[in-house]
Amino acid sequence: MSALRSKAPIPLETLEVAESMTRGVLIRFFEYVGGLWFLLRDTLRYSLTLRFRPREVLQQAYFLGVESWLIVALTAAFTGMVISLETVEQAVQYGFQDFIGGSVAFGTLRELGPMLAGGIVFAGRGGAAIAAQIGSMVVTEQVEALEAMGVSPVKALVVPRVIAAVMMVPLLTVFADIIGVYGGFIMAYWRVHLPPHVFWHSVQSTVVMGDFLKGLLKAAVFGLIVALVSSYEGLRTEGGAEGVGRATTKAVVVSIILIFVFNFFLSFVLFG
Amino acid sequence: MMQPQPATRSVTAAEPHVAVRLQEVSLRYGPKIVLERCSLECLTGQVTAVIGPSGAGKSTILRLVSGLRRPDAGHVFVDGEDITDSPERDLIEMRRQMGFAFQFAALFDSLTVAENVAFPLYEHTKLSKAEIDRKVIDTLSSLGLNDVESRLPAELSGGMQKRVGFARAIVNDPSIILFDEPTTGLDPIMTHVITNTILDIQNRLHATSIVVTHDLPFVFAVADYIALLFEGSIIESGTGRDLRQSPNPLVQQFLQGSALGPIPL
Repeated sequence: MSALRSKAPIPLETLEVAESMTRGVLIRFFEYVGGLWFLLRDTLRYSLTLRFRPREVLQQAYFLGVESWLIVALTAAFTGMVISLETVEQAVQYGFQDFIGGSVAFGTLRELGPMLAGGIVFAGRGGAAIAAQIGSMVVTEQVEALEAMGVSPVKALVVPRVIAAVMMVPLLTVFADIIGVYGGFIMAYWRVHLPPHVFWHSVQSTVVMGDFLKGLLKAAVFGLIVALVSSYEGLRTEGGAEGVGRATTKAVVVSIILIFVFNFFLSFVLFG
Repeated sequence: MMQPQPATRSVTAAEPHVAVRLQEVSLRYGPKIVLERCSLECLTGQVTAVIGPSGAGKSTILRLVSGLRRPDAGHVFVDGEDITDSPERDLIEMRRQMGFAFQFAALFDSLTVAENVAFPLYEHTKLSKAEIDRKVIDTLSSLGLNDVESRLPAELSGGMQKRVGFARAIVNDPSIILFDEPTTGLDPIMTHVITNTILDIQNRLHATSIVVTHDLPFVFAVADYIALLFEGSIIESGTGRDLRQSPNPLVQQFLQGSALGPIPL
């Protein structure tokens, strides 16, 4: 049996199908990456030459950023609390209570704040909204109307959303950082009656301004990724309401995957 | 099956009174052939209507003329210039001289009526806000739209949306106006209103208009020239009288709306 397995030749047709599928996947991958690259290039060109409407940027900043405060607050508070919940009792048991505040703040500022505000929350709420808005405009010919008027859809639709995302996701991250650390503090106080000055002293002695600023840099990159990918998916929408749904789902999924990938490399470069 | 005949008028692109010319244009979407060696000429200051069965590729012609689609083969001339391979930058510049009224108006649903109509002015002119506001109100009222400036598109009827779409298309005083199915889905009264609106626009702007439709009474009311598109090619073109007198059975079947004839159902 094992001889059969090792010596049986693979049928030529199977190899051809496998080769064709591999080539198809690679072509689609490079098409996608190329499309994103060109969209980023055009977005930067319009942004750096200030060819966008400030009012549109402010509207998007309000919608994507300010209106996300509650969901960011809830997720950050509960995440900070759960980290604290799962560490405080062991920390006290082993005499490490002086490190609780530092560990909560360290993880929140470097990873959880940017990942929660910029990754999960912004991709789920902002990214989905961007893809759905632009996708709906594609299927109702509004994007074609822009082009017919001699107006670039990148300039009119993508640039304001990307600028708003790059501005607002770091601000949401600041908010998430504060709420997350406070959530950790409340849980530590409630579970083991950790004195406030011990918690905050630990925070001050563990984290530095660089942790906070690098976290914000990561958040800005995540905002760019989500806005760019979601705009790209929206602009590629085909096929009516079903197409809008597909574009929205894909925007969120691709954004979250890319955020995790970029988070690893950014952490490696910034903190490694 | 009858062999498609070439368009009856033969005017070269160099002649100044031809505003738009499609020369042997072919286009396919995936496996579907939409246009095949399609030729069409639209004279300056005249209304040319492209008629034909649903799905014949009529709207595609408008997208080719505006440079929103590029042909697989053949050439598209606008004002004597071959735009077939023009860079996007040049096409954007060209589109600023065009107005495009979409089938479903394609109004920006997050903007008010006034903001929709003002959009091309803010993008392409240096007019002050007061001048833009005045031009918007003048354009809207010339199309019978009063006191709708602050309303959102969703708050308007289909006919009003179409007219707002027309207002946005003409507010820049374009030299070429493209109308995509302007009366489709409207009741007879609103169709009459739209017909008069297009005639009025034509009288005021003297623009070159291309109307795509299969609404025959409307076509005979507004068009100076009519071209019948069938299976990707213009099989007949001329004045309304020319078409009515055409011996081509395809033309006669389409004009009479008969189920019997060479056009497959």
